[in-house]
Amino acid sequence: MSKSSLKQTLKNLETKKISIRELNQDYLKRIKEKENLNVFIHFSEENVLKQIDNLEKDNSAKKLKGIPIAIKDLFCTKSMPTTAASKILENFNPTYESFVTQKLLDEGSIFVGKTNLDEFAMGSATNTSFFGNTINPLSKENEPLAPGGSSGGSAAAVAADLCLGATGTDTGGSIRQPASFCGVVGIKPTYGLCSRWGIAAFASSLDQAGIFSHNVEDASILLQSIAGFDQRDSTSAKVDIPNYFENLDDDLNGKTVGIPKEYSIDGTPMEISEIWDNAIKVLEKKGVKIKNISLPHSKYALPTYYIIAPAEASSNLARYDGVKYGFRSDEIDSLDEMYENTRAQGFGREVKRRILIGTYVLSAGYYDAYYLKAQKVRKLIADDFNKAFKECDFIVTPTAPSAAFPLNEKQNDPIKMYLNDVFTVPASLAGLPGISIPFGEDKNNLPLGIQILGKHFDEQQVFNAAVSLERSYE
Amino acid sequence: MNNLIKGEKHDWEMVIGLEIHAQVKSNSKLFSSSSTKFGSSPNSQVSLVDAAMPGMLPVINKYCVEQAVKTGVGLNAKINNYSVFDRKNYFYADLPQGYQISQYKYPIVGEGKVTIDFKDGTSKDIRIVRLHLEQDAGKSLHDQNPSKTYVDLNRSGVALMEIVSEPDIRTPDEAGMYISKIRSILMYLDTCDGNMQEGSLRADVNISVRKPGDEYGTRCEIKNLNSIKFIKQAINYEAKRQIEILESGGSIEQNTMLFNTSTGKTRPMRNKEEAHDYRYFPDPDLLPLEISEEEIGKIKSSIPKLPDELKNKFIEIYKLSNYDASVLTAEKQTSDYFNETINSDSELKNHAKIVVNWITSELFSLLNKNNQDLNNSPVSPENLGQLIKLISKNEISGKIAKDVLEDMFSSGKTARQIVDEKGLQQVTDQGEIAKVIDEVIAENPKMVEQYLAGKDKLLGFFVGQAMKLTKGKANPKMLNDILKQKLNKKN
Repeated sequence: MSKSSLKQTLKNLETKKISIRELNQDYLKRIKEKENLNVFIHFSEENVLKQIDNLEKDNSAKKLKGIPIAIKDLFCTKSMPTTAASKILENFNPTYESFVTQKLLDEGSIFVGKTNLDEFAMGSATNTSFFGNTINPLSKENEPLAPGGSSGGSAAAVAADLCLGATGTDTGGSIRQPASFCGVVGIKPTYGLCSRWGIAAFASSLDQAGIFSHNVEDASILLQSIAGFDQRDSTSAKVDIPNYFENLDDDLNGKTVGIPKEYSIDGTPMEISEIWDNAIKVLEKKGVKIKNISLPHSKYALPTYYIIAPAEASSNLARYDGVKYGFRSDEIDSLDEMYENTRAQGFGREVKRRILIGTYVLSAGYYDAYYLKAQKVRKLIADDFNKAFKECDFIVTPTAPSAAFPLNEKQNDPIKMYLNDVFTVPASLAGLPGISIPFGEDKNNLPLGIQILGKHFDEQQVFNAAVSLERSYE
Repeated sequence: MNNLIKGEKHDWEMVIGLEIHAQVKSNSKLFSSSSTKFGSSPNSQVSLVDAAMPGMLPVINKYCVEQAVKTGVGLNAKINNYSVFDRKNYFYADLPQGYQISQYKYPIVGEGKVTIDFKDGTSKDIRIVRLHLEQDAGKSLHDQNPSKTYVDLNRSGVALMEIVSEPDIRTPDEAGMYISKIRSILMYLDTCDGNMQEGSLRADVNISVRKPGDEYGTRCEIKNLNSIKFIKQAINYEAKRQIEILESGGSIEQNTMLFNTSTGKTRPMRNKEEAHDYRYFPDPDLLPLEISEEEIGKIKSSIPKLPDELKNKFIEIYKLSNYDASVLTAEKQTSDYFNETINSDSELKNHAKIVVNWITSELFSLLNKNNQDLNNSPVSPENLGQLIKLISKNEISGKIAKDVLEDMFSSGKTARQIVDEKGLQQVTDQGEIAKVIDEVIAENPKMVEQYLAGKDKLLGFFVGQAMKLTKGKANPKMLNDILKQKLNKKN
């Protein structure tokens, strides 16, 4: 059965071919059938039915009325608990709604559930979650595959057709890499396009909300819905949000694409080089000028990222201390013990590892050598992109260095795991928009993604290039 | 001036620097819209941001920034167009975020200075290193339950200005004068309410001792002192403690101390192993703070006259002494009261010195006695002005005026009402006074004899008797003159 798109579904609802209830019951059925994938941390059929009831009583026209959407469990929601996939927030029920989810609610969408992720979005396989692994829906019978991460639950929810779209967050690749692994579209917009208000923070200067969907058109519709200025987030941008969908234009004739030589990395599987070449050929045929560009500091992106992100995380996660909300250890004889035991028992290994790294790089005597230097390199990486974008309209690279890997691989090797982000991290450090779209398969028929990067707030160009490539691939 | 203190073996000099924490006068907190009202019920003024709920973000309160800039101007300091908020990371139960948002490398205000005036007419500049904005923490309540600590987050996130001085202070008195002067400036600017009892203004004191001419010694920091009295006590105790250690051959360990207000002693707060590494770094949730010259100019133009400026004005216009003028301008409410009083009647301008005296001695002592504040004085500036006019026009004597003021204070009546009702008008009729004097002379022939024999002091006796007969209403000068005249005639 081919999955129906958001665009088509909106049409079907409008022409009354299908009712909101029928539509969502179809999704509910599939969600229950696919429980074994462990896509959701929180799912309540009752809650979905209640939302349907409410929408049926609501006569106003809404852009996404009745559309089933899955929410990464890092967004605070009033109607469902919010855990960040951590024991430390196991029973946390926010009294407030994040900016992004509020916008989706305002437009009438239905939240089918809260999706699994790596604990506090720290990971690349959705295997650091306190609530267990999510299984990639494309797995073969006896070989469960990782869905990527950290937004693996959301990517899997779209891939398994458990919703028509899902929210994700991307700090170093957490939308684009799982999109690539699960064969769906995933966009991380420019830093500042969507408010971070109400998203549990991992690394504030990098965290950005985005969208998973079945195709580029759907992504363009959904991104417009969650974007916009928010005065409660000082890093939120005051920019006009265009109608990305209406403005979609797959004619790329006369545009220039940048191909960064630094993204050819030794050890990248042949198939990945092939789909990259293939994408370049397709673009060339469409009249796009091919420009070889250099992003010389990209090779430092990964170490830079793994200093800055943990540094910010070590401070952002200090608020989970057992004092005010969330988990508190029972074994308390003093204030220090409360902190130690609460955090030792409440956080998982990967989160603790990053808190330790972050604390270390900010410590007196190490700050200049690590954190300050990393900030300088980050600036150089951003400058590289700025220079490159003087010569091209968008950049095309592979999304990830591999297809989805078996669930238990790399479990005990954090460095190998961190390498998953090698192609996605540079744009995160520069705050640029990036999309991943499926653009080929490896020898095991697993999807491979192509990444398109654009200038700051030029999501339209990213969508245009993506829809053009997508249409020629289908 | 000799500022040295004697030890057993040497003379020692104190080297003191202050970090003043002044709560910014603002209705809402530094990064949230919660109220800052003092004394509200616990945790009633706590927003999602103040409680550091997941995903909550700080947004700078522009008014607090303006208040800091204003204060910077008042401290004759450089305003920085670019400043950065940093996170100071440490764990404590009343610090919900696990970090305090402060300013570290790039404060909003740079170097400045304030002047303190001594009674002998000299003055001294104390240099300011910087002023930065930061959040206050909440409050841990340890005395509510034997086995639990409660946390009140009402204060969490309230804006503070930390004003750091150079170690230019040499005595406990200078420290007291310095903090009084800062308090005065902040209150003139209306950027802090200056209420030390409620903790709106508190100070950390850095102190070391040295032999005169030596390098600075190792310092200790005494935390969180909230009265000038305690600041002086703490400095005296701590200096003595350090001197004793040094004179017995020991060395000072750099430490953070707490001052016990009931014993008057300082003790270490934590030892070296527990010393914090605050891991300062720029807060990624906030953009750097940029203020244009134009904005600074706008704020500058809104600033009222400050104490030093006002002091000079008073000296020039009213010919007051430096000391009178500095007493008058030390607190804004005093100079305001003076201004209102002297402007209530054009004739009072020629009696400025009398106005100062009546405010700073008579009215102040009444207020003190009744535990009241000039701000809610039962005697209005206009009414005091009226009283002073009655004195200056010889309608009542100074002595009677004191009783009238007391009456005004308790009854709320005007001076004129009281004088009329009680018939306190001064007797200025020469004939009437002469009649009374004749009576006194006639009744005390022996005394007159003694006076004439050279016992001049007895003049006071005759004045007293005459005053008694006029119920104090006789004009003292006239009484004196006529009395002398009459007595001398007897000669």
